[in-house]
Amino acid sequence: MELNSKTPPGPLANKWEKAKASYKLVNPSNKRKYDIIVVGAGLAGGAAAATLGELGYNVKCFVYHDSPRRAHSIAAQGGINAAKNYRNDGDSIYRLFYDTIKGGDYRAREANVYRLAELSVDIIDQAVAQGVPFAREYGGSLDNRSFGGVQVSRTFYARGQTGQQLLLGAFQALERQIALGSVKMYPRHEMLDLVVVDGHAKGIITRNLATGRVESHAADAVVLGTGGYANVFYLSTNAKASNTTAIWRAHRRGATFANPCYTQIHPTCIPQSGDFQSKLTLMSESLRNDGRIWVPKSKGDTRGPKQIPESERDYFLERKYPSFGNLAPRDIASRASKEVCDEGRGVGASGRGVYLDFADAISRLGRPTIEERYGNLFEMYHDITAEDPYEIPMRIYPAPHYTMGGLWVDYNLMSNVPGLYVIGEANFSDHGANRLGASALMQGLADGYFVLPVSIGDYLAGQFGKKVDAGRPEFAAATAEVQDRVSRLLGAKGTRTVDSFHRELGGIMWDYCGMERDAEGLRKARTMVRELREKYWREVKVLGEGEEPNQSLEKAGRVADFFELADLMCLDALQREESAGGHFRTEYQTADGEAQRDDDKFRYVAAWEFTGEKSEPRLHKEPLEYEEVKLATRSYK
Amino acid sequence: MNLTIHVWRQKSREAKGGFVAYKAENISPDASFLEMLDVVNESLIEKGEESIHFEHDCREGICGSCGMMINGVAHGSRGKAMATCQLHMRHFKEGDEVWVEPWRARAFPIIKDLIVDRSGLDTIIQAGGFISVNTGSAPEANMIPIPKPVQELSMDAAACIQCGACVAQCPNGAAQLFTSAKVSHLGLLPQGQPERYERVVRMVEVMEEMFGSCTMFGECEAVCPKAISIDFIARMNRDFIAAKFKSQKEISVGV
Repeated sequence: MELNSKTPPGPLANKWEKAKASYKLVNPSNKRKYDIIVVGAGLAGGAAAATLGELGYNVKCFVYHDSPRRAHSIAAQGGINAAKNYRNDGDSIYRLFYDTIKGGDYRAREANVYRLAELSVDIIDQAVAQGVPFAREYGGSLDNRSFGGVQVSRTFYARGQTGQQLLLGAFQALERQIALGSVKMYPRHEMLDLVVVDGHAKGIITRNLATGRVESHAADAVVLGTGGYANVFYLSTNAKASNTTAIWRAHRRGATFANPCYTQIHPTCIPQSGDFQSKLTLMSESLRNDGRIWVPKSKGDTRGPKQIPESERDYFLERKYPSFGNLAPRDIASRASKEVCDEGRGVGASGRGVYLDFADAISRLGRPTIEERYGNLFEMYHDITAEDPYEIPMRIYPAPHYTMGGLWVDYNLMSNVPGLYVIGEANFSDHGANRLGASALMQGLADGYFVLPVSIGDYLAGQFGKKVDAGRPEFAAATAEVQDRVSRLLGAKGTRTVDSFHRELGGIMWDYCGMERDAEGLRKARTMVRELREKYWREVKVLGEGEEPNQSLEKAGRVADFFELADLMCLDALQREESAGGHFRTEYQTADGEAQRDDDKFRYVAAWEFTGEKSEPRLHKEPLEYEEVKLATRSYK
Repeated sequence: MNLTIHVWRQKSREAKGGFVAYKAENISPDASFLEMLDVVNESLIEKGEESIHFEHDCREGICGSCGMMINGVAHGSRGKAMATCQLHMRHFKEGDEVWVEPWRARAFPIIKDLIVDRSGLDTIIQAGGFISVNTGSAPEANMIPIPKPVQELSMDAAACIQCGACVAQCPNGAAQLFTSAKVSHLGLLPQGQPERYERVVRMVEVMEEMFGSCTMFGECEAVCPKAISIDFIARMNRDFIAAKFKSQKEISVGV
């Protein structure tokens, strides 16, 4: 198999124009004759479904929630980047492109990232026109703030709920298309398999979560906007239902899975407080605009934060990275926090925490300004911890948050399975080995509003008259496999709950494939994951029936897929004998403990092909060519 | 902590439901209400009983999935804006008896246990809860300045998470707070002006078909997890009445 990125030739700045000009088009009056399945309705899926509907296609949109407005994009807090240069601080499309490539530790595709930066400005225009109430200055123009890894202010925000407001924009556009009849919505439907007919993606198998019925749906193309897989760690900032099933099932049907080991551990989350904990809560990166991160200078200092004088505090990010300070990129800030906790200088009962202190900002700007900027985040923190962050510093610790890896796609966002498109966090495309803050919303919306709706026409134009219907044997075969899995899970009749297995799997992944990895640990983790997986299928206890609402069964299927993915993540981390961004191999670090890349050997996208449950996945490499950017060691010092 | 929870169990829409008492034992005061239910569910499954079904997802008060009546109060906390997932066990006392029910409203039929069908809220949005602008046709974002106080007020309304607590708490099962939040979010902004009057009429008409009528009890505001003000209901009513004084032609051209 050869992975062709189909990147258009020519200068970087002209590639997207060139691609659009070369796409075949579908005649407006023919568009309604095409059925497109969109799975997921977050920023990527929701924007794509709405826009495809506006273009005149016949869209079927599937979500496992009761409403498309609940997709996990809704939880994004801090903001969305765009190269508007409204601050006149030297920003440009090129600078956003460069920051993102560098932030990703030179492991993303240049042309994709440049396109993302170009489209960022259109996203803000679109969102404002939809009524997204972004923060404004007193003169009525849009306000900006800064995010990690950059030295300009280019982040647009709507209080601490930028994700919800952008998603409501896409959701409202989607509801408008539903009312107009161009999009048919299938809420409470979970995709459980992809149907491939003659090598092309032509449909999906779903389970209706309200009735338990397994159903087949055919279309001319399938779009997956189903998000990331950070819940493989059990404790993450992802919503409880976020899972890998849709992309994993597609992977098993032939789509290669790229860079699964690139996972993002976000530095500012509320630390775990007990075994009952079901998820971790993110505190937006935007807090690092005004909060200062520190720990006591000496080990085992048990004094309260206010009792520790200035001279005995270590503002370790400001000390180590003076030019970026508290706004160092996520991977770097997370590792630095872990390091000081490993030294025994962590705070809180567990010793796994660092302070995020607003005292300076409050005395400099006054409490009302801080309230206006972060009020809802402070309140959220207060509700969860029963501590008032206006009075005592927040305690934070890194937690799994985002996954840069995902299904491999070409420049047009099509996977190696013709007709299968993958957008947003579900694909691997734009963030390399580390995503910068406020870039996920940008990518989801760029893919959903502006790239996919145009690029998909190029494929569809060649599919005219090639419709398949759900009566084909491939649909029956996939349905039988889905039903077989359901009955195996219900029939295991073991003794342990799904959650207990998931928690154990998460523990293994956090210990061996989390913030730091090494070859020995990864090999050990693979054995442990495989043993646990076998045990899972023997000993899991799932009650209830298949043909009814059954939340245990839903979870059981998702966790089964996490097991398979976990093994691939470890394998990918093992083969990548370098450190890059969020992938930190302890064997490969510089003298001062920073990530050490090996550009000669590992400047490629690792795309894995599924070869069967009992055999090792096959690795395909897409070399990364840099025409514009000079590879350098990242420095935020 | 140790508590007794009385939970409404109902296998399906058609089945007869009823309260079942469970012991919630060794619960950390730092656990959220949903984490307490997780603990109870784990012990139920171990005993061979089906888990209590409830909707939840982000568990940080923004997705709007979770929601249940706790001791007769939607999300369990009157006057302190929070969703069920943000309610922590430290708000309860050792030995408390807690009554847990699904959203109570005719417009929200039960699917199973604490899960209800809230699709009526999406139907209201479909009636006009949007600005009709296709992808690609937007002007430059800073072309239309929006005064900060206007944007802030619009944002107050836009904060709604569509959880349905307002409907569940209302003795009439009315959806005025939800609908007015969307009408105000969009109607306050310059971008929302062209469809302002058509929007309010269409949304209110669909709302009235499915939900009860508002008699200004104000219960909705007391339990709203995003502290949406009932002032927005007054704003919606003003726009609705203003629209009724306009001719159909005036409404449809947006003046």
